[in-house]
Amino acid sequence: MRFLRRFAAARPSSTVRGISTSCPRLSDALFVHRDTEYNNPKIPFEFTSENLRTAEEIISRYPQQYKKAAVIPLLHLAQRQNKGWTSISVMNYVAKFLEMPPMRVYEVATFYTMFNREPIGENFVQVCTTTPCMLRGSTDILRTVCDHLGGIKPGGTSKDGKFTVIEVECQGACSNAPMMVVNDDFYEDLTPETTKKVLDAFAKGEKPRRGPQSGRQTSENSAGLTALTSKPYGPGEFCLPEFQ
Amino acid sequence: MLRLLSRRAPATGQLGKVARGGSSQHKAGRRSIASTSARQADITLTVDGKEVTVPQGTALIQACEAAGAVIPRFCYHDRLAIAGNCRMCLVEVERSPKPVASCEGVMEFLLANHPLDCPICDQGGECDLQDQAMRYGSDRTRFHEITGKRAVEDKDLGPLVKTSMNRCIQCTRCVRFANEVAGVEELGTTGRGNDLQIGMYVEKTMDSELSGNVVDLCPVGALTSKPYAFHARPWELKNTESIDVMDALGSNIRVDSRGVQVMRIQPRTNDDVNEEWISDKTRYAYDGLRFQRLTTPLIKQGERFVPATWEEALQAIADGLASSGAKDDEIQAVAGHLADTESLVALKDLLNRLGSDNFALDQPNGNAPPVHGVDVRSNYLFNSTIPGLEEADVILLVGTNPRHEAAVLNSRIRKSWLHTPLEVGLIGERVDTAYGYEYLGPDAKALAEFIAGKGPFAAKFKAAKKPLVIFVEKNKNTFVTPDWNGFCVLHRVASRPAAYEIGFVPSKKASTTKPKFIYLLNADEVDPKSIPSDAFVVYQGHHGDLGASLADVCLPGAAYTEKSTTWVNTEGRAQLGRAAVPPPGASREDWKIIRALSEVLGTPLPYDDVLTLRDRMWEISPTLVRYDVTERTSADLALSGLKTLAEATSTAKATGKPFTKPISNFYQTDPISRASVTMAQCTRAFAVGENYGFSEPKTASEAATAHA
Repeated sequence: MRFLRRFAAARPSSTVRGISTSCPRLSDALFVHRDTEYNNPKIPFEFTSENLRTAEEIISRYPQQYKKAAVIPLLHLAQRQNKGWTSISVMNYVAKFLEMPPMRVYEVATFYTMFNREPIGENFVQVCTTTPCMLRGSTDILRTVCDHLGGIKPGGTSKDGKFTVIEVECQGACSNAPMMVVNDDFYEDLTPETTKKVLDAFAKGEKPRRGPQSGRQTSENSAGLTALTSKPYGPGEFCLPEFQ
Repeated sequence: MLRLLSRRAPATGQLGKVARGGSSQHKAGRRSIASTSARQADITLTVDGKEVTVPQGTALIQACEAAGAVIPRFCYHDRLAIAGNCRMCLVEVERSPKPVASCEGVMEFLLANHPLDCPICDQGGECDLQDQAMRYGSDRTRFHEITGKRAVEDKDLGPLVKTSMNRCIQCTRCVRFANEVAGVEELGTTGRGNDLQIGMYVEKTMDSELSGNVVDLCPVGALTSKPYAFHARPWELKNTESIDVMDALGSNIRVDSRGVQVMRIQPRTNDDVNEEWISDKTRYAYDGLRFQRLTTPLIKQGERFVPATWEEALQAIADGLASSGAKDDEIQAVAGHLADTESLVALKDLLNRLGSDNFALDQPNGNAPPVHGVDVRSNYLFNSTIPGLEEADVILLVGTNPRHEAAVLNSRIRKSWLHTPLEVGLIGERVDTAYGYEYLGPDAKALAEFIAGKGPFAAKFKAAKKPLVIFVEKNKNTFVTPDWNGFCVLHRVASRPAAYEIGFVPSKKASTTKPKFIYLLNADEVDPKSIPSDAFVVYQGHHGDLGASLADVCLPGAAYTEKSTTWVNTEGRAQLGRAAVPPPGASREDWKIIRALSEVLGTPLPYDDVLTLRDRMWEISPTLVRYDVTERTSADLALSGLKTLAEATSTAKATGKPFTKPISNFYQTDPISRASVTMAQCTRAFAVGENYGFSEPKTASEAATAHA
C-alpha cells in the first residue's frame, strides 16, 4: 500500500514517457548513517543510573557469554531514554555496553522498524493501515491525522514538534479497527471526529482515555449483545425451596 | 532436477570434522561466530540415482558435488559459514514437501532487481550470475515493474574495492568473509527485505590486509577491483600460475597478463599454504612492476648514471673489481628481499670461486653470521608448517604481528581461534591482530618471565599438548623452546629461507672483513652507512630504489613475474614461480646475468641452462628441487639444533629494549610495493588514515581488548 502511494507521489506529472518507464522506488528510511548536527557519534549518551540498573537486570537474564542477546531490550531502553529515537550514539553505547562490534548493533537497529533512527516529536502517532483497519476507514483516519497536524505526510513531524505520524502495519487490535497508537497506548474505534479529539487532548498535554473511543467496552459487539442477553440467574434460583 | 534420498549408513565411520565446519568448542563463548557441531556417522544418499557416502553433517550441496552433480549457488562458499540466503541451490528431497526445485524462479527474482549493465560491468565474463542466468535463467523478463529496480547507494570501501551496490544480490559472502576470515567486524547488512543492503552503516573504509578477497568472493559485479576497473576482460588475459614474493608465505597466485603487462594477480587454491586467500599487497602491488624499472644497464659517471650495453656494464664491473683491489673476503654479496633461489646459488658459487665467503643478508646485522646457524633447518623454519598451525592449542607470538608479516597466515590463526579453544599470547608491541590475545609484555624481560613459568599464560602453555611459538625473524635469537617443533620462525622476506637453505651466510672471519667490492642482489633495504665509501658497488635488481642509487654499476634484472624461478617459503617449501611476461627492455633473468658476469670475470660457472643450475641446487639441498612439499626435520635433530642455539645464546644478555614490530607500514615493504601507486593510496588511506572521516576511530590496543 505504502509503496503504491509513494509511487503515485513520485510519478512525473507529464504523460510523456521516455525510453524507461520506471521511476525510482524510494525506501522510507535511509539504511546508512549520515553524520548530522543532531545525530553524530560525538554526541554523548549514557544510561541514567536508574536505567543502568534496569540494563544490568536485563543482562542478568541471559547467560554470561550471551550478553549480546540483550541487544534488543537494551536498545529499547536506550531509545526511551533518548526521547524515543535511537541515535548513532545510542547504538555505539549499547555496543560498548554489551561488548559487541557496533555493526552488529546497527544491523539490529536497522532491521527492526520500531527503532526510530531519526528524531521524533513529543507524541508518536502510529496509524494502522493494514487490511482490517483499511476496510474500517483507516484511510480517512490517516488523512484526518495528517491534515489536523498541519498537512504533514506520513513519516513527518508537525511544525510545533509535538507529533510525528507514521503509517504502520497490523498492531493486533483488528476487532477495534480502525486504530492508532499514540506513544504507548492504543486508541481504537476511531472516527475522524474522535481522532481529532484525541490529538487535541495530546496537544494540550493531556492524556485522553485509552481504548475504544466509541464508548463501547473493550471489543464487545458494537451492535449490542446478541447472546447471553437475559439476566443471569442468581444463587438459589430454581432450587428446591429448602435450598433457596 | 536433482532427487535425493537419504538413508543412514551403519554408523561406524569416525570421520572427524568435515571441511571447514570445524568443531565448536566454545570455551568462554566470547568468540562470536557460531559453527556447526561435531559430527560422527556417515550417511549414504542417492543423488540423481547415484549413491554417495558422506560424513554426517555435510551440506547437501557438498554431497551433490561429491556425486558429480553441479548445484548452482551464490551465497554458498566452502570456506565460509553457511548462510542459505540466496535460495539458488534448492533441490528436491524425497519425502520433503519443501525445498523444491526452483532454480529458475529464484533466478528470475534475482534478475528482477539486478541491473542489466553487463557490458560495462567488470565482472562480465567471470560472473556467476551471468553464467547461471545463461544456464538456468529465462531469456526474457516477465517483470515490467513500473516502480523500477531497487537502487542502492555505492559505498566507499577504500582504494582497493570498488562497489556498485545496485548489482548486489545479498549473498553476504563478503560479510561472512570479513567477519570470519579477515576479522573486520564492521561489515554487515543493514535494513530488511527489499531494502537490505551490505555496508558498514557509518562511513568507513574496509581496513583489512585481506580486503581484496571479497572481490573474488563476490559472485556478481557488486564488489570489483578498483585498480583493475575497466582495464581488461577475463577472456583476453593469459593466466600464469606462479608464486608470490611479497611475504615469505609463498602464496600461490595466478598472474593474469595481457601482452607484456601484468593486469592483475589472483589467488590460486593451495590448502597447504594460502587456502584461497591472498593479501592486498600480493594482489595489488603489481602496478609497481610498471614504474621505476631498470631497463638498461647503467654505469655511474660522476654523479649520474649513463646507459650502457651489457658488454660495457659487465666489463666495467670486471674493471671495478680489479681497480678496487678486492680479494677473497673483501668481495661481499648482499642478498635482498626479492632475490630468487637460482640467482642466490649462482652468486654464491661465483663468490666462492673468487675466494670469498662474505655473504650478507639485507637486514640489520645481516653481515654477521646468524645466531641460529644454518646447519639445522629447523632452527630457522616455520616447523609446524602452515596447516599444522591449526593443530596448535596455545600460540605465543614473540615480537611479531602476523597480520602484517603474513596476513594470510594470520587468518589461519583467527580461524583456529574462532573454532577451537586456542589461546594466543603476545610479547612485543601491542597490535590489532584480529583475534584476542593475552598481552605478556613488551620486551625480553616478559619473555624471561614466561620461560620461568610465571603468570597464567605460562601455565597454560605448559599444560598445552601442542604449544607453538612464532618468532618474527628479527627477534628470533633470544629464546628457545624444545617441543613438538612448535618452534616457528616466521620469515617476512621471500628470499630469506632460501638464503639460509643454501648457506648464504658469512663465515666468522669474513663478517669482520671490510668489503672493497659489494654486489647487491636485489638489496634495497641496506643501510647506506654500512657501505664503505671507497667500495665498488654493483646493484642487480629490477627497480631503481635505494640499492640502485648506491651503485657504481646497475644491472637490470627480472621481477618475479618475469622469471621462472624457485622460491622457498618460511616453512622450507620450495615452489616454482613461472614467467608471465617478458622482462622489460634489456633486463635479463637474474641467474643469467650472474652467469654472464662470471665469464667476464674469468671464472665461468659450470651451468649453461636452468636445468643444470637446478642440478647444482639439488647437490646443495635436495629440498630445493622437491617442489610443493615440506620436509620435516626429525625431532632428534631439531632438538640438537635448538641445543646449539641455546648454547649460542646462553651468553647473550636480555636487553630491556622492547621488541618492535618490523613492519610499520604493511603496504610498502619492498621495491615493488614502494613503486606501486595503489599501495601508496593504501598507505594514505590505512596507514596514515588520511581523508577518511571514520565515525569512531579505534586505537590498536582498544581493538585488541575488544576482541578478548
